Amino acid sequence: MKPAAFEYHAARSVEEAVATLAEVAPDQGRILAGGQSLVPTMAFRLATPEHLVDINGIEELGRLAVEDGVLSIGACVRHAAFHRPVTDGGLGAILTFMAGHIGHYPIRQRGTFCGSLAQADPSSEWCLAAVTLDATITAQSTRGRRTIAGADFIQGIMTTALEDDELLVETRIALPAADTRFGFAEFSRRAGDFALAMALVSFRLSGGVMHDARLGIGGAEDHPRRIPQAEAALDGQPPGSQAFEAAAAAVAAALDPMEDAGTSAQYRRELAQCLARRALESAAESAAA
Amino acid sequence: MDKVLGQSVPRLEDPPLITGRGRFAADINFPHQLHMRVVRSPHAHAEIRSIDTQEALALPGIHGVWTASDIPDIGPVDLRADRAAEVLKPYRQPVLAKGRVRYVGDPVAAVFAEDPYLAEDGAELVAVDYAELPAIVSVDDPLGEFAPGVGTEVAIIPYSYGDTEAAFAAAHAVVELDLLTGRHSGVPMETRGAIGRYDAAKDILELHGAAKVLHRNKETLIRMLGRKPSGLHLYESHVGGGFGIRGEVYPEDVLVLAAAQRFGRPVKWIEDRHEHLMCANQGRQQHHWARMAVDAEGRILAMEDTFHHDQGAYIRTHGVVVPNLTMCLFTGLYRVPAYRARAHVRLTNKTPCATYRAPGRYEASFVRERLMDAAAAKLGMDPIEIRRRNLITKAEMPYTIAFDEPEAKDGEIDSGDYALLLDKTLAHVGWDSLGPELARRRAQGELVGAGIGMFLEEGGLGPSDGARIAVDTEGDVEVITGGASLGQGFETSMAQICAEALGVDYRRIRVIHGQTDRIPYGIGAHAARTTVMTGNAVHATALAVRAKALDVASEILQTPGDELVIADGTVTRRGRATGPSITLGEIAAFLAPASKNRGAHAPGLNAEEFFNTTETVFPYGIHFAVVRIDEETGHVAVERFVVAYDVGRAVNPMLVEGQLVGGCIQGLGGALYEEFAYDPHGQPLAVTFADYLMPTAAEVPDVEVLLTEDAPSPHNPLGIKSAGEGGINGVGAAIAGAIDAAISTPGAVTQLPVSPQRMRELLRDRQA
Amino acid sequence: MTRKHDITLTINGHDHAITVDARRTLADAIRDQCGQTGTHIGCEHGVCGSCTLLLDGVPVRSCLIFAVQCVGVAIRTVEGLAQGDELHPLQRSFIEHHALQCGFCTPGFLMLAVGILENEPNISDADLRAALSSNLCRCTGYANIVKAVRAAADELRAGP
Repeated sequence: MKPAAFEYHAARSVEEAVATLAEVAPDQGRILAGGQSLVPTMAFRLATPEHLVDINGIEELGRLAVEDGVLSIGACVRHAAFHRPVTDGGLGAILTFMAGHIGHYPIRQRGTFCGSLAQADPSSEWCLAAVTLDATITAQSTRGRRTIAGADFIQGIMTTALEDDELLVETRIALPAADTRFGFAEFSRRAGDFALAMALVSFRLSGGVMHDARLGIGGAEDHPRRIPQAEAALDGQPPGSQAFEAAAAAVAAALDPMEDAGTSAQYRRELAQCLARRALESAAESAAA
Repeated sequence: MDKVLGQSVPRLEDPPLITGRGRFAADINFPHQLHMRVVRSPHAHAEIRSIDTQEALALPGIHGVWTASDIPDIGPVDLRADRAAEVLKPYRQPVLAKGRVRYVGDPVAAVFAEDPYLAEDGAELVAVDYAELPAIVSVDDPLGEFAPGVGTEVAIIPYSYGDTEAAFAAAHAVVELDLLTGRHSGVPMETRGAIGRYDAAKDILELHGAAKVLHRNKETLIRMLGRKPSGLHLYESHVGGGFGIRGEVYPEDVLVLAAAQRFGRPVKWIEDRHEHLMCANQGRQQHHWARMAVDAEGRILAMEDTFHHDQGAYIRTHGVVVPNLTMCLFTGLYRVPAYRARAHVRLTNKTPCATYRAPGRYEASFVRERLMDAAAAKLGMDPIEIRRRNLITKAEMPYTIAFDEPEAKDGEIDSGDYALLLDKTLAHVGWDSLGPELARRRAQGELVGAGIGMFLEEGGLGPSDGARIAVDTEGDVEVITGGASLGQGFETSMAQICAEALGVDYRRIRVIHGQTDRIPYGIGAHAARTTVMTGNAVHATALAVRAKALDVASEILQTPGDELVIADGTVTRRGRATGPSITLGEIAAFLAPASKNRGAHAPGLNAEEFFNTTETVFPYGIHFAVVRIDEETGHVAVERFVVAYDVGRAVNPMLVEGQLVGGCIQGLGGALYEEFAYDPHGQPLAVTFADYLMPTAAEVPDVEVLLTEDAPSPHNPLGIKSAGEGGINGVGAAIAGAIDAAISTPGAVTQLPVSPQRMRELLRDRQA
Repeated sequence: MTRKHDITLTINGHDHAITVDARRTLADAIRDQCGQTGTHIGCEHGVCGSCTLLLDGVPVRSCLIFAVQCVGVAIRTVEGLAQGDELHPLQRSFIEHHALQCGFCTPGFLMLAVGILENEPNISDADLRAALSSNLCRCTGYANIVKAVRAAADELRAGP
């Protein structure tokens, strides 16, 4: 389990990184950020990049900031940065809660938020967050910068809208209205394992009913996505078991879950339904508190 | 230090291990060494059409590439001498595959390089042309051919006594079950490793990184490599867990030795985790069809069991010991008047199987205890009451289970008070209040329940083991054993036994193990026999040293020997703290070969003694589990787990508890998490630690241990039984019973492990 | 052939000048080229935690990082825990609580625990157990490891 040989390039600036990447991308050049997903696949020689462009030394990519109502997460911001809330209110708390489900403590010290997005594992907590919370992803190459909406960015299992010569430099999440409630639930076989299914929800309350409902499901299909039918079942309804059950049922009906040797589509669907409801319940509890 | 035997003293092993000074296989390096990488079959079953090694050989840093044709003189990995039935020999595994591969991971070629990274590069360049063959993946598949004219059913082994037919005919009720145990294994944290070195100056071939049964492995290896007994030695250093699977002779051990000799350079092989999960011995996978006849009061009249044992692709060093162990104590703690079992030992195109901690027993206990639960349900009896009613009583001890088949080894149970342990277990868990409490929680909608698994173990199989003890002139003691240490605290427990008998501080005792050049015999560490056999050998030897010391001291101190005592390494008169005394170091100096005072005494304060026995010991235990099930996700949480175990006599209770708790968590892994699954083509699905799910600290309960010493063995002076397998034996049984109870569906669990998805299926079946 | 890199690794305060291929993992480099074999390799894919050590004060898997990435970084391994003959409180606690059997996973657990307690000295029992679920042990069943770390945490918090 020793990786195949590669050339190592330590970039000192974003410009240098994208310039090198442009050069080596045609020869299976890749970005090395936290490496917590890439290096294991290299150990199994499932990935054999001939060049790695290490961006860990680029100071500006470590930037994590809240400005003008936007949470900006640089390419080298580690999962552990979210161990404590990065912003006040429900968003900071839910990201902290979600971070606790990512791998294990040492993995979170090294793995990065943006790297998870670029990896696009169907079970990634951050991919679910990016999709559900409408994150904006900034990609840079020698051809310039562009932004991509979260829902467009993740296209399938390990497949993103990123071009081979593009570096994901930053993810931006607009801060939600202060009264937004969040809930998250996931199920995995053991602590730290990839989730078999997970749900992230948010809604606002006014006049005793929910609105601006968002409900995303990850881990069940080949990429995370919001479930509009479930969101429709929430908007305009008072929070409570009736609306939550209806939304959860809508999740079950809408999903076309993945199937693998150990996990049937039916089981994943049942899990997603249960987790959607539990996430809603925890959002409601946070509203009560 | 007064009394040390039976005390939870700190371990001698710990200081180097906690400071990073341990020496595990991968930590061993010799100058000028080569690194070996094995090219393995990607197919479950295929013909090898051709192998092209040219490209690999052309890579800089590659020293050589071997295929089967490079080692024509080396036969298949041999069975241990005591297991070498003729019928098994055709099924042995070649060191490198010849013409055909039979599981994913089967060694096909070996690459030798200057560096492990380069070795792996070279292995990727070995081009093998395969023609795939149909794979047998399930042990229930139609039989096939292992080789032309050689079928895949290796043996059908019977165990029986009594008239089962009449018993079933006369039964008040019969329960019949179809049960599966899943494939899992020991998976120690240290992968395997082997370093071969040829000492040309001495003409000795050395195997470093060896473990478990070094002397037996030496016999196998000298046979396979044509060496003289004095020309091959095995060396154990630190061993990162064994659990039965490490320390058998595997193809890689043979390869590094042969290569070291041929190349004249040390050859190092460190297994990687991917290889480990495909190639190291697996176990447990059996399909049972069992039935039991009972009378109206729930008394057992007969048990019958037929099972398919999934042996995987080859017969490895153990032969067919696992199916034998499944059958020989199948009846457990119960009085069973008639019994009939048949093991169908079958090959599949999967990783070969052999012994994993409590081999055969975990499987048998699951089946037997499922039968007990089924009978209780059928008769409307309490599951604990039906067990109690059938327990062999203390008055019946010693109790013999004698089989009709001459080759089947009878069980001669030495001692036990099973009902007493059951009483103690129920008292410990507070069953009088816990039972109603669980019922109350169930009535409120919680899926909680308790299950119980009772089991018999056997350990301490002889026939003989010895030890050598020498005291030096500083009074420090060296104990040389043929035992082996796999992390269980062997050095500490042997030192305690020696310290107690000899009267020295156990911390002044150095225990040698796993060095075939220090002692020509040794039982190693397997089948829970180390503490019994080696422990009693150390005890006997220490007593002999003591006798010699007192003999000399008596002469020097002018005091009759029976008035002398040894404490803390010093001989004094009994009851006199002051007065004449002599240390063991001074006695050793007195006995030095050149000592003028020695007189007629044999030189040296030392001895060599053996412990011989034809008897075995039978510890026993009860596992008790409480589980809570999440109805929606199928997650099974273990709220409580109690291991009640009678160890006869504990040398070091802390170490015994450690063994029991660790074993228990492995058992929980096999009951709920761990499974070596394969796809329909025989591709293994659990080849990473993300897929082979060993429990972490987050999944496990704080196991409660109830350690008793109510039934010491009469068969050895220390009364010791064994402890290595008591933590794991009944876990599958207890968890299955607890799940049944939690979902109020007797007989629901028919298969291990109970994954959350399987649990959901059980819940769906229940609703339907 | 790919380029070789001349680098200096600083392990427990000592500099080790070595030459590595880019692909050499930190775990392999410190074991095979710096002679520090206390850090063990158990899976090489980041799950078991046997190779856990501290990089600039935080616990990481040394099998998932390349040696070339660790220039100018303070690396701490199990060999640096004891001060001379004076064991670290966690080491003492592991002995007292019988928190090791074969000892293979022990360096990884010690460094994980050191990292956790240095960063979160007031960690709750539940969070501690969750954090300790990062590493695998096959011998002990974990209970004694959790107890040992808890006891050491209490001792460290109480101060000398």
